[in-house]
Amino acid sequence: MDTFAALGQGIMVALQPMNLLFAFVGVMLGTAVGVLPGIGPALTVALLLPITFQLDPAGSLIMFAGIYYGGMYGGSTASILLNTPGESASIVTALEGNKMARAGRGGPALATAAIGSFVAGTIATIGLALIAPTVVDIAISFGPEDYFALMVLAFTTVSAAFGSSVTRGLTSLFIGLSLGLIGIDLQSGQARLSFGVPDLLDGVEVTTLAVALFAIGETLSVVAAGARADEIIEPVKGSVFMNREDWKRSWKPWLRGTFLGFPIGAMPAGGAEIPTFLSYALEKRLCKKPGEFGNGAIEGVAGPEAANNAAAAGVLVPLLTLGLPTSATAAIMLAGFQQYGMNPGPLLFATNPDLVWGLIASLFIANGMLLVLNLPLVGLWVRLLAIPRPWLYGGILVFATLGTLGANPSLVELGMLLLFGLLGYVLRRYDYPIAPVVVGLILGPLAEQQLRRALAISVGDPVVLFQSPVALTLYALSALALFGPLLFYVFTGRKAPVGSDED
Amino acid sequence: MSDSRPSSTAGPDKGRFVIAFALAILSLVVGWDAWRLSGINTYSAVGPGAFPAIISAGLALLALANAVEAVREGAQERPRDEIGPMAWVLGGLIGQIVLLAFGAGFALATGWLFAATAKGFGRGPVWKHFLAGAVLCFVIYAVFAKGLQLALPAGPLERLI
Repeated sequence: MDTFAALGQGIMVALQPMNLLFAFVGVMLGTAVGVLPGIGPALTVALLLPITFQLDPAGSLIMFAGIYYGGMYGGSTASILLNTPGESASIVTALEGNKMARAGRGGPALATAAIGSFVAGTIATIGLALIAPTVVDIAISFGPEDYFALMVLAFTTVSAAFGSSVTRGLTSLFIGLSLGLIGIDLQSGQARLSFGVPDLLDGVEVTTLAVALFAIGETLSVVAAGARADEIIEPVKGSVFMNREDWKRSWKPWLRGTFLGFPIGAMPAGGAEIPTFLSYALEKRLCKKPGEFGNGAIEGVAGPEAANNAAAAGVLVPLLTLGLPTSATAAIMLAGFQQYGMNPGPLLFATNPDLVWGLIASLFIANGMLLVLNLPLVGLWVRLLAIPRPWLYGGILVFATLGTLGANPSLVELGMLLLFGLLGYVLRRYDYPIAPVVVGLILGPLAEQQLRRALAISVGDPVVLFQSPVALTLYALSALALFGPLLFYVFTGRKAPVGSDED
Repeated sequence: MSDSRPSSTAGPDKGRFVIAFALAILSLVVGWDAWRLSGINTYSAVGPGAFPAIISAGLALLALANAVEAVREGAQERPRDEIGPMAWVLGGLIGQIVLLAFGAGFALATGWLFAATAKGFGRGPVWKHFLAGAVLCFVIYAVFAKGLQLALPAGPLERLI
């Protein structure tokens, strides 16, 4: 019953008028930015993070929750109407959704995505509220060596799940880890890799890196593609409401998607794309009219979109309870916590219960708001899609530099934005995933801290790392994540299905 | 966001070779820094150089792995990138930094960024977009610097308000 009391308390926090306003602003901003083509939730959150600097922690995190969910909704609108998934978890949505839009059924596609997201988000948020305290109870007994093993697991799964090969994923991860080294080492006070540049002593800002990789890198890729990447917006014809048959065909995929998405998202294996692919495959098999798949089957939108949103809520389980980000968006949210000097993890539930539960409660509220706002406002969002690309990308760069300058008004910071932007372009050009870089940057220093803590307790004896059963299990899982695709290939002769691209 | 699967032809993939080379250099830099740090006595079981040493080793292995994949997968046919538009966008970003360094202020510098990016995407004329962008950025400055207390760089225009 404790959970419900805490959640009730959280709802009281979230229902305060100011916090409702923050949730509303977050939802609107998140949807508006997320709907812009090529911008996924990760970039949405990174771009809007500086705006929340001046707010109080609870208010800004609640706004964040709104931005996160809003960005997800906006992303699915863009993929359905424009066939430009802003993130890899929307690729599958774009597959069937865009076909539906072309067949003049864009309205029902958007509706099933919106309602499916609401259903999945609500169930998954309940799951989050129920599971989180249990995970916290377990996590409280974790030693530093277990935490280190947990982070190794997050590293390997993030690198193996994203990108076209494990080598590429690990390369991205290690670039992020190297960037994470820059700055003053907090335990010894030594400056590392700062080459005498004072601006580097504080380390690389997660938001700067994320904005550079996602916004500048993406802009450079798109402009370099020139006329190659022309997009067609599908107009929303007819009613946005679903008919009886649409409902009948949608509700089961919503639920199935949710139950695929939430557990996979909640595992430290992370990533929302795997459940979307699984859900798509499952719906294709169960569908009574398999011929429609590939030509705009509503199940192919309802299932994956629900899986996507359930996984997004699932990702918050390791983030809030263990401080473990398993997606680029979660990494940026972690940076959001850190800007208030808070570290998500079991302790946060004890020290700031109002804030954590307020955040969880506001996820429900954000979800509800989105459902109410999105379908009536679809015309507005469609108009945002029609912004000419020169202005759109000009605006994206203006806001990218605005956010960077707002966080740290220094020209060195802008220079880093440019350099990392070029890095992002090169990574994209050669099919290296982006998310592991961001996760490596934020999780690297945390992993080092746990490693050194564990070794300090054992007075430098590395055997301590491999003694606890928890740690050993986690290492076994990491090995499976790294070599699993290889084994899959050996046994079946086929390449394992992996997600690609950012987030 | 690659829109076409590259197909392989004969010879190693030069681009990925360059990436492997860059990783090797990064590994050396990180390793050198770790070596420098290991010389400093810090009175703890694990000094500040231990973790960088692990990462340096990892980078070296990845440099090797990338080089091997570059040879094994062969040269990839990648769509040609257009240099001109990219140069405009990069010029916009660099120009913004230069303008800010000379104290032009947020509105003018970012107005230039907007104009150059729009030009890169094929929409001119530059001076019209520059004016529009500067006005837009001036409004943004007013909202963010005055309303949200963000410390954005001020120039002659911004000091007027």
